[in-house]
Amino acid sequence: MGKRSVIPFGPQHPVLPEPIHIDLVVEDERVIEAIPSIGFIHRGLEGLVDKRDFNQMTYVVERTCGICSFQHGMGYCEAVEHIFGVDIPDRAKFLRTIWAEIGRMHSHLLWLGLLADGFGFENLFYQCWRVREKVLDLQEMTSGGRLIFSVNKVGGVMKDIPADMLKIILTTMDEVEEELKEMKKTFFNDYSVQSRLKGVGVLTKEQINRLGAVGPFARASGVVSDMRTLGYAAYPMLDFEPIISEDGDCYARCYVRMQELFQSIDLIRQAVAKIPAEGDLAVAIKGNPDGEYFMRVEQPRGEAFYYVKANGKPNLQRMRVRTPTFANVPGLCEMLKNTELADVGLLVLTIDPCISCTER
Amino acid sequence: MANITRSPWLLHYDGSSCNGCDIEVLACLTPVYDAERLGVMNTGDPMQADILLVTGGINSQNQDTVKQLYDQMPRPKVVVAVGVCACTGGVFKDCYNILGGADTTIPVDVYVPGCAARPQAIMDGIIKAVGIFQQRSNEYKAQVKEKKKAAKKGAQN
Amino acid sequence: MGEIRNPENILEVIEADDLLKRSLELTKSGYRFSQACAAFVDGKFELSYSFSDYETYQLHNLRVVIDPATEIPSITEIVPAAVFYENEMKELFGVKIKMINLDYENKLYRIRQEAPMGPQKTEEEN
Repeated sequence: MGKRSVIPFGPQHPVLPEPIHIDLVVEDERVIEAIPSIGFIHRGLEGLVDKRDFNQMTYVVERTCGICSFQHGMGYCEAVEHIFGVDIPDRAKFLRTIWAEIGRMHSHLLWLGLLADGFGFENLFYQCWRVREKVLDLQEMTSGGRLIFSVNKVGGVMKDIPADMLKIILTTMDEVEEELKEMKKTFFNDYSVQSRLKGVGVLTKEQINRLGAVGPFARASGVVSDMRTLGYAAYPMLDFEPIISEDGDCYARCYVRMQELFQSIDLIRQAVAKIPAEGDLAVAIKGNPDGEYFMRVEQPRGEAFYYVKANGKPNLQRMRVRTPTFANVPGLCEMLKNTELADVGLLVLTIDPCISCTER
Repeated sequence: MANITRSPWLLHYDGSSCNGCDIEVLACLTPVYDAERLGVMNTGDPMQADILLVTGGINSQNQDTVKQLYDQMPRPKVVVAVGVCACTGGVFKDCYNILGGADTTIPVDVYVPGCAARPQAIMDGIIKAVGIFQQRSNEYKAQVKEKKKAAKKGAQN
Repeated sequence: MGEIRNPENILEVIEADDLLKRSLELTKSGYRFSQACAAFVDGKFELSYSFSDYETYQLHNLRVVIDPATEIPSITEIVPAAVFYENEMKELFGVKIKMINLDYENKLYRIRQEAPMGPQKTEEEN
């Protein structure tokens, strides 16, 4: 038995732009146990329900996380709409889907870039982020904001995407697809990438089930779980299958996310083809919500959970966000056990950590 | 110290931001915006950094971390608060765990507004910070010169 | 076209004593732990433990309503993944939970205020 020592990881660490602190108990170079301590970004935005009414909360919720901002707003609005019992117009549903998938693409490209940076492939990192800018340009063109674009409101969306912009979205999708095909070759076939990712941090299906992991992290271990199957927004009208991989290692997680990019392109194309030519963008909401609802949406990082409880007053009684990264932290701790110290940075990256949504 | 004035290094710390400004800071350093052409470079080590970019507000836990990072940086140093949360607290100002902007803990020289701050605005902030950094190092050099002169004089007398 | 499964959410109100038994039954029948949260409503804590199924997407919520003074057992022995949720409830609301596997002793988020969303909140307002 080697000598045991404790190595602190973070909060300020070169591999991650965000602060998370993990105490790693190591024996020689092997990690025996990982104890996370979080709270560097805890703001307490759930507590804001006392000060903001349910419409204003949409803006607060969108700032839970700057990466999946749109999907946070969407999850919250869908939950409140369920309480009101309203059905939003079809065009709004499709617009939400298009924005959600564009957001997913930008998030996955960001993650692929950070992964490449994590194993020291700077060139690939820059490639991913260069392509990502094209996707961000789409967000800016359609909504006016690069990352946080408040287009959601309870009852629908605020902005329309006119037909000429839909055309630009399609042409950009073609361009991005070409670029992605090139990048896919490097991610899937490059020898050094494979030797760095294959067989590292394996989690089995049983472990995933026990630890309650969600999203691409769970799908990489063969769990067929994609909350888009629940049929919110326009997903019931689109054709897609959850992408899974059986291996459960870092390479599988990379594979799932890469394939999901192509899936998102496909979904955007379908949505643009099927979107009703015209129609209302929102339904009028009268009064205040009364009741409670549990809403689940599939974010780039996995299943996000919204619990909204209201009692007929403008201010909600309780609004709870359970973000996918929070659900994946137990999985991360399990994964870190019995790995090499040098892999820790990479393994933390593969759950797609977003600390600001973990801690809210 | 004399030779580094033209290429200050950046240290980025994420306070309690929503990540929006952080990835915009990162986007600044990647090819499309490329802040590195201004001579700055991103580093993960506070001991080698000259400009500190803080995103997000200050909460009770990261206050000490921000203070420590600031203290570890060698003088002269410049602090840029990126995003409205780092400037004032932003939407989260009323949250129970937010103390306010970055200036509640450390002195801030440049404020970059925006939610999330646009890369162009961040670049502008960095350029301003480089200017302040140069001015401060000039002042510092002048001080050193003064001191040397005084010491020489003292030796002669 | 992909199959759409959207089963109705189940909300089951149970006694605090049945919590361990019901969570064990649910996990044994293949449910995964999804989340746990607390709400402070009308002088009582409403704890919701959500379990869901990967395959059928069924969401099963266990609801426990307790007085602030009541102590409830931790489910971390049965569901290890619940450790952060329970620590969060304990720290932010002041719910008394005993025997958490990895108890952070109200130091998970290290906030200055004690139980900012718990009973004190309403007292301040009044």
